[in-house]
Amino acid sequence: MDGVHDVGGLHGFGPVVARVDEPVFGAEWERRCFGLVVSVAVAGLTGPSFTRMRAAIEAMAPDHYLSSPYYEHWLTAVASILVQAGLVDADELAERAGGAFPLASPPLPDPLAGGVPTAPTTTRFALGDRVRVRDLSPAGHTRCPRYVRRRVGVVARLHDHMVLPDLEAASGERLTEPVYGISFTAAELWGRGEGLVNVDLWDRYLEAT
Amino acid sequence: MTADSHHHPAEPAPIERRVTALEEVLTARGMVSAEFIDAVVHAYENDIGPMNGAVVVARAWCDPGYRQRLVANGTAAIGELGFGGPEGEHLVAVENTTSVHNVVVCTLCSCYPWPVLGLPPAWYKSPAYRARVVREPRMVLVEFGVNLPDDVEIRVWDSSAEARYLVIPRRPAGTDDLSEADLARLVTRDGMIGTALL
Repeated sequence: MDGVHDVGGLHGFGPVVARVDEPVFGAEWERRCFGLVVSVAVAGLTGPSFTRMRAAIEAMAPDHYLSSPYYEHWLTAVASILVQAGLVDADELAERAGGAFPLASPPLPDPLAGGVPTAPTTTRFALGDRVRVRDLSPAGHTRCPRYVRRRVGVVARLHDHMVLPDLEAASGERLTEPVYGISFTAAELWGRGEGLVNVDLWDRYLEAT
Repeated sequence: MTADSHHHPAEPAPIERRVTALEEVLTARGMVSAEFIDAVVHAYENDIGPMNGAVVVARAWCDPGYRQRLVANGTAAIGELGFGGPEGEHLVAVENTTSVHNVVVCTLCSCYPWPVLGLPPAWYKSPAYRARVVREPRMVLVEFGVNLPDDVEIRVWDSSAEARYLVIPRRPAGTDDLSEADLARLVTRDGMIGTALL
């Protein structure tokens, strides 16, 4: 989805603030939250992967996403999934929390607008091929970042076939398809600059040039 | 978090109350247990962290055969040393050389190679790092104190949810006499993300 989580290349966020000797968890609630979410995941309540969690984080209200710390994203996402599945009651959560318990919107069932849920089994591209990223803009979860759309890159790595996250987030269906490591020049992405950015892209995100 | 987090507030913050609320609901229904939560947290605070990646890097420095296997198939190679598990099923190791410097990010969320680096630091998860390092990597590296010669090519790896990246830093000069265990002590977390040199 075209959400505020998709920050690659955006301006205006200021310097990267790195703290020296940072503990693994910044606060006790972060420790509990991490352990709680992993427990729920291990119990199988969020699906067989973290894909639904990522989709739920992306479906948080944009202002909430940008103004809250990382583990608050996790808490909001896991609570939202459990409420949407009918396993937990939203009012009970708010009551126990003694105030608002903001949740994410339900997932948007739009895997790659117009895409069909069948996966290619053959590897269409070879190392060194030039490929273009399709101009897709699905309302649902995707792992194709906005900053590579319509850009041309070179196939630099052939990964194993991997589960298509778009479809898994929308329907739970787990189809695998080829994934390619695509190498883009800074000039192609930003019009100037140096170096290469490598992005792993699923077969259906790509087209031949 | 805030500067007040050293003090224990009389009133828990809203986020603290929300975590407690969900834990209470799920515990009451037998969906999670405090013991399991404690065990998970303990593992990531003590056993699963950058000290694992450091062992992998030191082995790669000392054993050319291992280094080749690590670059060819990261998941299998870390498995040889007993490392693996969640968020590391497709590990890719990328090598720094005299002409190439690698740096890792996840622009869409915060994907990170848990089995070898543990949980990511706050800056890795920050919008500032995620937004900027794909666009102006050299400037971000300078802010981290990494000043590379102009002719060194910078490669940024934007992690997918599936493939996770580990940077193999260059072995520091003058370390020929060190044991593998001593070498591992030189390897830092940021060195394996690519935001530090050793």
